[in-house]
Amino acid sequence: MFVRLFQAIAFALATSAAAAGEVQVAVAANFAAPMTRIAEDFTAATGHTVKLSAGSTGKFYSQIVSGAPFEVLLAADDETPTRLVKEGHAVASSQFTYAVGRLALWSATPGLVDNKGAVLASGKFKHLAIANPKLAPYGVAAYEALKSLGLEGAVAPKVVLGESIAQTYQFVATGNAELGFVAVSQVTVPGKPATGSWWLVPPHLYTPIRQDAVLLKAGENNPASQALLLYLKRPQVRQLIASFGYS
Amino acid sequence: MTPAEWSAVRLTAELAAVTTLLLLCVGTPIAWWLARTRSSFKPVLSAVVALPIVLPPTVLGFYLLLLMGPQGPVGHLTTALGLGRLPFTFGGLVVASVLYSMPFVVQPLQQAFEAIDERMLEAAATLRAGRWDRFASVALPLARPGFLTATVLGFAHTVGEFGVVLMIGGNIPDKTRVLSVAIYDHVEAHELADAHRLAAGMVLFALMVLVSLYLLNRPARERELAA
Repeated sequence: MFVRLFQAIAFALATSAAAAGEVQVAVAANFAAPMTRIAEDFTAATGHTVKLSAGSTGKFYSQIVSGAPFEVLLAADDETPTRLVKEGHAVASSQFTYAVGRLALWSATPGLVDNKGAVLASGKFKHLAIANPKLAPYGVAAYEALKSLGLEGAVAPKVVLGESIAQTYQFVATGNAELGFVAVSQVTVPGKPATGSWWLVPPHLYTPIRQDAVLLKAGENNPASQALLLYLKRPQVRQLIASFGYS
Repeated sequence: MTPAEWSAVRLTAELAAVTTLLLLCVGTPIAWWLARTRSSFKPVLSAVVALPIVLPPTVLGFYLLLLMGPQGPVGHLTTALGLGRLPFTFGGLVVASVLYSMPFVVQPLQQAFEAIDERMLEAAATLRAGRWDRFASVALPLARPGFLTATVLGFAHTVGEFGVVLMIGGNIPDKTRVLSVAIYDHVEAHELADAHRLAAGMVLFALMVLVSLYLLNRPARERELAA
């Protein structure tokens, strides 16, 4: 009796899983907001549900290598997916660039950041928030920009590190840090007016932030994870991504 | 150990020492009041003191970030007093740690004060000892094991603090990068050898602290049993 009941439940679960799967996605903090929108549309279009975890790319690398159950990684750089492929944790043919990130210097205070970023040299701030370059590609880009401007040494005593670009944003949003380097996607949310003041850091000041997606070994045989990667390449999805301030 | 790691060790020890000292000053009157009072307010204060045991440290950190920020009441106060703002400073970590380690100091003290025989204090009173005298000459010596436990636990708990510091510290070398955050950095960056070195040191330290606490407190407990 119980065996039959159990078989029935197992069968029901198996058939529903085939019809509508689930995919575990690790998404870089800067892409969390767009991905939430994309995940809703993806579920509406395919019936597959998406389980999102947002964090820093470096942290995800560390967790994936340690056997985390993520099936797709949407990184904030192209190096981490490349490295995962090389080390046998990801599927080589699946890697592609889903977005090119842009860096912004942002303040929650209107009028504090000018459109040339001169505020950085003026020193008229107590704290500058940057994502930890050891963990977050946007942090690496921020330090490159500071180096290009020749201000790395000058601002060093004022730097506070967020463990991901999300925490960096939080430091600035709460006003605890007057300024911070964040992703453009965090300050330009479609349909929401940008708050405070910001400077779009010119792309020639830092290496372009090519953000790659990759299918991880854990998701290799999951139709839902393959469907999601295909979905990200659709023209209307690419348009949506661009509307969030990615080039 | 690199200089950066030594600096994290030193900072952690300083934070734990300052926090423990402050907590002994603040916690003793609170514990004394909780131990002696029959006020209906007692359960409320007991609950507030015990909150950090049950709340995730990130909750505490999140509210502190808002409270101490430029829009927060504490932020307004510290700015008005000319102290600037607390997040990303050593002072901010001290304030957070005092709140976070409060129960670990107050509760052992309260238990020690509650265990004091009322007749001892009454006897001292009949000998014309004033309130302060009774507290200093009778209550404090009798509560010594409680003070030892409170000091050790307060110190050790602050050494092990992580979530709150991560939320309000900003990971600044020599200022807010304590050991737990340094370990987290190593783990997240997959620098496992470095992480192991610091983490193993922490485990050894915690074990040593707790073993010596139980050793030191044992005679006191045996005395109680014999009495």
